[in-house]
Amino acid sequence: MPEQVIHTDKLTKRFGTFTAVDGISFSVRPGEIFGFLGANGAGKTTAMKMLTGLLIPSGGLATVAGFDVYREPESIKRSIGYMSQRFSLYDDLTPRENIRFFGGIYGLASKELREKCDRMLERLDLKGVADTRLAALPLGWKQKLAFSVALLHEPKLVFLDEPTGGVDPVTRRRFWDLIYQAASGGVTVFVTTHYMDEAEYCDRVSIMVDGRIAALDSPEELKRRYDAETMNDVFISLARPARRSE
Amino acid sequence: MMQRFIGFVRKEFSHIVRDRRTAAILFGMPVLQLLLFGFAIKNEISEIRVGILDHSHDLVTQELTDKLLSSGTFVATATLSNEREAGEAFASGRVNEVVVFEPAFGDRLLRDGHAGLQLLTDGSDPNVSRIVAGYTTSVVREYLREKGLAASGIEAVPLMMFNPGLKSVYLFVPGLMAMILMLVSALMTSISITREKESGTMELLLVSSLRPVQIIIGKVVPYLVLAFVNVITVVALAFFVFGVPCRGSILLLFLESLLFILTALSLGLLISTITSSQQVAMMISLAGLLLPTVLLSGFIFPIASMPWPLQAISNLIPARWYLVIVRGVMLKGAGIAVLWKETLILVVMTALYLTFSVRKFSERLQ
Repeated sequence: MPEQVIHTDKLTKRFGTFTAVDGISFSVRPGEIFGFLGANGAGKTTAMKMLTGLLIPSGGLATVAGFDVYREPESIKRSIGYMSQRFSLYDDLTPRENIRFFGGIYGLASKELREKCDRMLERLDLKGVADTRLAALPLGWKQKLAFSVALLHEPKLVFLDEPTGGVDPVTRRRFWDLIYQAASGGVTVFVTTHYMDEAEYCDRVSIMVDGRIAALDSPEELKRRYDAETMNDVFISLARPARRSE
Repeated sequence: MMQRFIGFVRKEFSHIVRDRRTAAILFGMPVLQLLLFGFAIKNEISEIRVGILDHSHDLVTQELTDKLLSSGTFVATATLSNEREAGEAFASGRVNEVVVFEPAFGDRLLRDGHAGLQLLTDGSDPNVSRIVAGYTTSVVREYLREKGLAASGIEAVPLMMFNPGLKSVYLFVPGLMAMILMLVSALMTSISITREKESGTMELLLVSSLRPVQIIIGKVVPYLVLAFVNVITVVALAFFVFGVPCRGSILLLFLESLLFILTALSLGLLISTITSSQQVAMMISLAGLLLPTVLLSGFIFPIASMPWPLQAISNLIPARWYLVIVRGVMLKGAGIAVLWKETLILVVMTALYLTFSVRKFSERLQ
């Protein structure tokens, strides 16, 4: 059996008397696109913070990329890629500067970084605007760049935190092409989203309700099980009985 | 590790330089403020229009009048022959001051050792009239000293120590330094950190293998450097343009300024840990830091004349202590032996804020 990229067992996070994440257990296989769904306040963000080494869990076990979340959060940070909402990079820096900066904080040597930077600009077709400030570039270009920057240090696992929030459908669709490309290259993708059409693109999805994982399977299987037309219907039938909402 | 850190600091500098408006504020503001306070809002009067009402017409009154008019500040705009004319000259605004020599002024001064000199000033502006009287008195005293005569029975306005020309720029420079450093260090730092929170790039930094402490230091170093450049600018400008001396050790002045910059930076950090939007950070910095720095530190209003609750609050304002230090070093030539108490207060404040904000910053990760 190939080693799981993410494995959790009864992973729990409590803030005082409030249990944000209530004993979740799941595994993510190498190379898959894993959708991590849930309504606002369901505990998605907290769970993701524990998996990226930003939060120490209150209980349970978890390994990410082979490292323990309690003992080796720094090793986890080094071996994962991360992209936050809305393709955020520095708008007042140029593509080249953004690449150099993020490569730099991930500890890439400057010679290697320079070569990588040139290759990346070439591949993304951004050579012509390499020294133009990001703010002046169209969203689609920024999106490509942000995703490539998250993969700059060649992580085997990348976390995407609502990467397409507030973005139009065409741009979203194009972004998913990038995700497929990365996944076919062997990168495991862990993605949170609010868009149910995006959930359909995932190999497997988990749906969190009230801090627990209410369902976890492939979109086809989930639709069959809940006798639903779309993932949207699946989500609503699971999330409606939720006790907590924002 | 070092290389990563340098990359981080370089990025911070790029943010500052790229944002033209911010850069203009950072570098232009100290210069503009000082020139504004120095020239436009100054309290001293460059030209006093004086009327002479001489009831004596002797050698002494003539010499005194000449001395007054040759001092550079006084311009004779009226020669008067009686009190009624004096009243008219005031009413028409032709004069700020009328100097009245009593009859037989010279004789009485030389024979009795004292003579009466009346200084009429325009009471509608008490501030101006106080200054005008002060100028005149100092000219008269100088005359008496030159002649080897004892100070006569002229109502003496006390000469302001350390500032014989009553130059307001002397008083503004220290306050201005405190204000600018507060603005650059606290306001700019808190905005730059909350901006990263707003844009989502803070998450990227936290998920990278940079440690929280490295992020904080990387954020703070560029502003430390900038603020220090501002200190040098203000001190140099004050000296070369306005002739404000630094009577004490310039090294001590710079070190104390560095300490105050650290205090302000740690306040900026504190603000950015308790807020997550640029607007809120700006509001807190302006209302919570800048306003008290201007109003309650003794910069504009003397602390001694405040009601006691405000006096108590002023103790909590770092700028209050920094002002005492800067005035001490620059104007009085004081050393650390005199200023150790104020220095210690700033050190303790900085340590408290810093500990609190670093703890708060890492707390978010727990």
